[in-house]
Amino acid sequence: MAAQTLAADETHGHKVRSTQYEHPYMVRLCHWLNAVSLFVLAGSGLQIFRAFPSFGAKIPQKDLLHWPKALAIGGWLGGALQWHLTFAWIYLATGLVYVGYELFSGNYKQVLFVRRDVSGVLPMVRHYFFLGPKPLQNESYNPLQKQAYTVAVILGLLSVLTGLALWKPVQLSWLAWLLGGFHWARLWHFVTLWAIVAFVFGHLVMVVLHGWANFMSMLTGWKKETE
Amino acid sequence: MSSRPKLQGINRRELLKLTPVLAVGAFAVPVLRKPLLKTGLGLSDWAAKRLFRRGHLAPTFADSELTPFSKFPVNDYDVDDPGVDLDAWSLTVSGAVQKAGEYKLAQIQALPKFRQNTRQVCVEGWDVIGRFGGTRLSDFLHMIGADTNALFVYVECADDYYSSIDMATALHPQTLLCYEMYDQPLTREHGAPLRLQIPTRIGYQQAKYLTDLSVTNVLQRVGYWEDQGYSRVYDL
Repeated sequence: MAAQTLAADETHGHKVRSTQYEHPYMVRLCHWLNAVSLFVLAGSGLQIFRAFPSFGAKIPQKDLLHWPKALAIGGWLGGALQWHLTFAWIYLATGLVYVGYELFSGNYKQVLFVRRDVSGVLPMVRHYFFLGPKPLQNESYNPLQKQAYTVAVILGLLSVLTGLALWKPVQLSWLAWLLGGFHWARLWHFVTLWAIVAFVFGHLVMVVLHGWANFMSMLTGWKKETE
Repeated sequence: MSSRPKLQGINRRELLKLTPVLAVGAFAVPVLRKPLLKTGLGLSDWAAKRLFRRGHLAPTFADSELTPFSKFPVNDYDVDDPGVDLDAWSLTVSGAVQKAGEYKLAQIQALPKFRQNTRQVCVEGWDVIGRFGGTRLSDFLHMIGADTNALFVYVECADDYYSSIDMATALHPQTLLCYEMYDQPLTREHGAPLRLQIPTRIGYQQAKYLTDLSVTNVLQRVGYWEDQGYSRVYDL
């Protein structure tokens, strides 16, 4: 059985050099549930935004942008709110479980952006823009990755806090006040969305650049390094 | 290399462990979508009820922060002016109350008057700060001898709109039977002669042109927009 597998591998011209367990189960589960809920929240959020695509006064109303209905989820305002208020719970739950797991398992140490990583960010950016050599790496995540993933968690937290302030500006009036009031909370919620979209874009570019084995490791946990 | 076949088995198992993610795909099935979204919205309404605090007041604002009256939007679902006969108008009270019957505006206005500058938030996303005057709904409920252990206050409107709120919200000190905006009697498009003003609730629950009010434990219908799929407990 072992020989057959090896032979099959060789016909494809690949030899497995090493395998590495990269992503624990809870991380993978939370990642994919969160990814799905983020997609639904963004789509339904933009449908909600279509009802009043402005951050100014209602009278006179100056629209910021006309988001196409085809790129939104929910069909109408009430439908979009149903999607949004449903998937917000999945988003929140997976976010909390992920952060809790990282803290509890100590896994956070390899991905949390800390002071010693600061100096390593710029060389990594230079490398990605073909302006410098690939910096030596002796940790699982490079400084730029750590920064990106840490910022992503902060953005996730911001999206929840700004969303809560919009949903409950009276009961959570202190939160709305911290954000500058209901009116501003709505703008911060929108800005946070686009910051997350920017992260996801960069994330997907990196996924494509780093290939299939890297992608599979977020599904199975294991990364096969081939020669 | 001898660990490879084992690893393939692990990979399959690890992939299978992610099937809960596919469960989210149930939302793509038309038959399941509606009940699932209803459950999600119900969970949000449940959380809203937990977050509501009886004594917590909505923020109030200085006169200088008011949205000018001319820029206070008129929202309706049908007509701006349902043509209420203001002279003949009375509020029909029924349900779990000791003194059911017709109440004239003067009887409501005889109760203590409160004025408040509060924010009105529309489900569409815009918000305005308005000045509202009227009597506390709680005072009116006591006047009519309402059973305040009942669950809901339900209202109907001259434009066939209808709405309901839970008793805790009805008894909130800022919940008004509103007959003035910006220190003037309600104009027709803003709900003359009487409307609800609930600063702890979303705009679509600020029913205008009230004609009927009942205190009840059972709702035949919840509210015009709620019955189309909007949140039933849209507390702010």
